[in-house]
Amino acid sequence: MADTHSFEEMIDDHRIAQTLMVMNQRAGAFVDLGVIDQLGNHLAYIGPYDLKGKNYYGQAWFVEVMSKGVYISDVYMGFRQLPHFIIAVSRQENQRRWILRATIDPDIFAGIVQAAQIGRTGDSFIINESGILQTRSRFTGDILSNSNIKVSSFGKGTSITEEGNGQHRQILYAGCWLKNKNWLLVISRDVRQEMRSLFATRNVEVGIILAGILAIVLTVLFTTRLTVRQLMENDRKMDELNAQLVQSDKLAALGKMAAGVAHEINNPLAVIIQKTGWMEDLLAEEEFKNSPNYEEFKTSIKKIEDHVERARKVVHNMLGYARRMEPRLEDVDINQTINQTIDILENYARINNIDIQADLAENLPVIAADQAQLQQVFLNLISNAIDAIGKEGIIEVKSRRIDTRIWITVKDDGPGISDDQQKMVFDPFFTTKGSGKGTGLGLWISYNIIEKMGGTMTCKSQQGKGSMFTIVIPIVTPDKK
Amino acid sequence: MHYFNVLVVDDEEDFLDTLMNRLKKRNINTTGCRSGEEAVELLQNKFFDVVILDIKMPGGMDGIETLREIKKIQPEAEVLLLTGHASVETSIEGMKLGAFDYLLKPIKLEDLLEKLAQALEKKDTAEHKRQSEQIRKLLKYW
Repeated sequence: MADTHSFEEMIDDHRIAQTLMVMNQRAGAFVDLGVIDQLGNHLAYIGPYDLKGKNYYGQAWFVEVMSKGVYISDVYMGFRQLPHFIIAVSRQENQRRWILRATIDPDIFAGIVQAAQIGRTGDSFIINESGILQTRSRFTGDILSNSNIKVSSFGKGTSITEEGNGQHRQILYAGCWLKNKNWLLVISRDVRQEMRSLFATRNVEVGIILAGILAIVLTVLFTTRLTVRQLMENDRKMDELNAQLVQSDKLAALGKMAAGVAHEINNPLAVIIQKTGWMEDLLAEEEFKNSPNYEEFKTSIKKIEDHVERARKVVHNMLGYARRMEPRLEDVDINQTINQTIDILENYARINNIDIQADLAENLPVIAADQAQLQQVFLNLISNAIDAIGKEGIIEVKSRRIDTRIWITVKDDGPGISDDQQKMVFDPFFTTKGSGKGTGLGLWISYNIIEKMGGTMTCKSQQGKGSMFTIVIPIVTPDKK
Repeated sequence: MHYFNVLVVDDEEDFLDTLMNRLKKRNINTTGCRSGEEAVELLQNKFFDVVILDIKMPGGMDGIETLREIKKIQPEAEVLLLTGHASVETSIEGMKLGAFDYLLKPIKLEDLLEKLAQALEKKDTAEHKRQSEQIRKLLKYW
């Protein structure tokens, strides 16, 4: 404008008004327009304020525009007590220097700037080098107030910084230095607003990852627990198996030893019996019969024979088992065998007020087994139960078929067996009965018989409640004849 | 005195002596020896109706070998095997070789006499039958 118009033209009020109109048609932000001569006198003015005649000589902007040719002020209040800023251009015309000065309404200017405001939390404004707001901002502060933005954090070109404003809000600032003026156009946005969709995506991702981790952790926990439980179960089974192996190993070793010992005892017993027999033969002779100690000798010899007989029975039981290693297979009806055994013991039980209750499954098949041996086992178990109870009680004998096995249990309500003793019940020569009453071989022999049949025999007992012996034998079907 | 001869073969001296004494006391002609070899030698010179043979004799001929020899020399002699429990299988083998029966040690004399009677019975002659009866009488008296 200054270039296209001469000083004379511009000091004419009419022309200047026209110029302002033209300028406002293009930009629309100009409030007023004035012409100032090189001495600072306001020669022409068009605008809402009466500024004509004011002298600007010595004011900083005047000095600068005179020396540099162009001046753009920061927004200030000035004479008008309204925020505005000015653009002044000096022109050298012949020997004269004059200045065209325009005031710009920062509101209109701000309108342009504020067009960049986005969203509910977006803001855009201009600040000067000291951080003073040059346009009104939405959130950062009113015009001419300090924005508290660290101007130094913005680089030369366009830069972005992020700041917290103390209320846990992260605000993202994008700044760009304007050309020709040390003003910074700042566009700000609440990070949360800006990043909402990103946050949403992030949340979803975090959610998925967390869910994944949770799933993995749960799976790991679950499978680990399952594995641990399985391992423990296996361990327990192994322990049981080992215990059974140890048991049968121990019994086998003990059995061998016992058989060896028994055999060695047998020979001296044979001699003793012959000797006592010979003594009896001699005692029958006349001369001894008249001896005053004849009866003493006779009873002594009888006693020796009785005790040799006792020893012989022990040995016989042990070796009797060893002798009949191979069971004779015949068709055996388990229930019938049980009933026969109960019949044998019924009298003995009744005398002692013991009730033997049989609960026998009807679907038991006939199996191939050694009936005499099985009967011996049942006899041992039931008579043990009777002895354990002593007087008054109940013995339950049950038979069941489970899959390919027959289960037989003999349960009494006697005093039970202590845990320590339970480990030894199947040991040879272990007995809880008084001396001379039990050999301690019954259960041992029974155990071996059942084991030979491919079955198992176990004992469960609780002191004060009674004992239960369980026999499990495989069903071996007899050959068709 | 019964008219039959019994040979007892057992390596255990105390057992052998006592058993012989008891049989002799019951008027049974008893000869004893302590090994298979001795038994074979005796059998070559004298007839025995019954041989009571211990199956387990350590060293020298064992019971089974002796049994084989006896059956070669005097097939008509009945052999009663004395056995411990561990040698029951051997005794059964002995039965197959022609032994009359076996007895488990320690034996009671009445059992032995019963077997003796059965063995004589088997001989199936009038004389033996009579002798068998006599032994049974002995048993009744017990």
